[in-house]
Amino acid sequence: MFGQAILNDNLPGAKQHHWSPYTDNGGTIVAVAGDDFAIIASDTRLIQGYSILSREQTKLFKLSEQTVLGVSGCWCDVLTFTRTLEARMKMYLHEHLKPMSTPAVAQLVSTMLYHKRFFPYYVSNIVAGLDQDGKGTLYSYDPVGHCEKNRYRAGGAAGAMLQPLLDNQVGLKNMKGGVLPDITKEKALMVIKDSFISAAERDTSTGDGVIINIITKSGVEVMHFPLRKD
Amino acid sequence: MASTKVVNIPKGGFSFENCQRNNFMAKQGFPAPKAVKTGTTIAGFIFKDGVILGADTRATEGNIVADKNCFKLHYMAPNIYCAGAGTAADLEMTTLQMSSQLELHRLNTGRQVKVATATRLLKQMLFRYQGHIGAALVLGGIDSSGPHVCCIYPHGSTDSLPFVAMGSGSLAAMAFLESGWKPDMELAEAKVLMRNAICGGIFNDLMSGSHVDLCIITREKAEMIRPFEVANVKGERQGSYRYPLGCTATLSTRVIPIEIESTVVRPVAEESMDTA
Repeated sequence: MFGQAILNDNLPGAKQHHWSPYTDNGGTIVAVAGDDFAIIASDTRLIQGYSILSREQTKLFKLSEQTVLGVSGCWCDVLTFTRTLEARMKMYLHEHLKPMSTPAVAQLVSTMLYHKRFFPYYVSNIVAGLDQDGKGTLYSYDPVGHCEKNRYRAGGAAGAMLQPLLDNQVGLKNMKGGVLPDITKEKALMVIKDSFISAAERDTSTGDGVIINIITKSGVEVMHFPLRKD
Repeated sequence: MASTKVVNIPKGGFSFENCQRNNFMAKQGFPAPKAVKTGTTIAGFIFKDGVILGADTRATEGNIVADKNCFKLHYMAPNIYCAGAGTAADLEMTTLQMSSQLELHRLNTGRQVKVATATRLLKQMLFRYQGHIGAALVLGGIDSSGPHVCCIYPHGSTDSLPFVAMGSGSLAAMAFLESGWKPDMELAEAKVLMRNAICGGIFNDLMSGSHVDLCIITREKAEMIRPFEVANVKGERQGSYRYPLGCTATLSTRVIPIEIESTVVRPVAEESMDTA
């Protein structure tokens, strides 16, 4: 009788302690693709709970001369995922004697994520780069490998806060006569910078700085600018 | 008959009439909404001429900043102020209620209220509610027995110490106080130490942020400095987000002519009387 009562976890006040293999290390990714370029940016803050682990940790991973991957979420999964991806890309290079194209990387990312369908990588991925024709492309993912091709995308901690801003300012949604001309590099940079400034105002896990990668046919240009540090 | 239609004005105190319903709803998978918490770094310490209190100005709802410039220093009595951490509404109401109780006490006794009186009143009230009132306070003031700083926990326990810190940023603030505090500090160095302690919380604790507020209580007066320091400036946006005229789509148009009837009254020039 007494033993039964102990095993019954529906008793009022009974608590079961859980251990989770996942943690949320924050981080925000924003990316915009244009006609002959793609821009991807991440904030540089790494958090755990109420603490800041790092103020200068980029979440952008340069995979090739024309492909950059942005990852945020559980940092240990980010590291494992990117290392495995880099290894798989090297294997491709040795087998086919050419680097992987951006669409090929995009497919590999999806396959690798779905491979872990029942113990997923706790990550939000965005692949940015140029395709074989030199056009800017963007692919975004959910943690288990659903892939979507986009022109602009916000992901990570403040993703839900920034996506409507991009919808309006880049996608020209809810605007009369919203015909989509290809966005210029200057306008894309401006919207990306401003969206991070806004995210830092209201999201506690976004701040300290932003790293921007601009991918064009001449390679990847890296820019940095500071955000508020509180 | 009219009295039956008048809403019953509650006599005072908390209403628990929805508790049973809310418990039932929580079991059905509709949990109660979350309250705004102030995360917070607050601190207080004694210096040569009195007491100094400090606070940050960020209020949060989960990971979202609810208020970028909220006010966490509360009035208790002319010689007593307090800084609050925890549930915003509880802090506001508790300090409001206590300040009126202390004023009544002052009128009854005809004396300046003591910090110990305020502490005792607060801890007895908080203990009665068994921690359900989420108010963590740093109380500071000066009275006939000298300067006092005291921290009060939500369950009703208190510590009376020369320097204290509370809230999620209390560890960061306490690091500065432990290394920097000494007895009989001058006002200028006390201000710098308090600024450093609160900034420790602002920059290293995610739930604390924005600016530093100070309150300095001496024998002569209590002075509120808000903001004492703007620790973080808002980032400057490059683009203009003003929408051009006519970008809201018109889905349909209907014109309703309005008939206007008007009567115009004109003064007629008075004719001079015929006196011929």
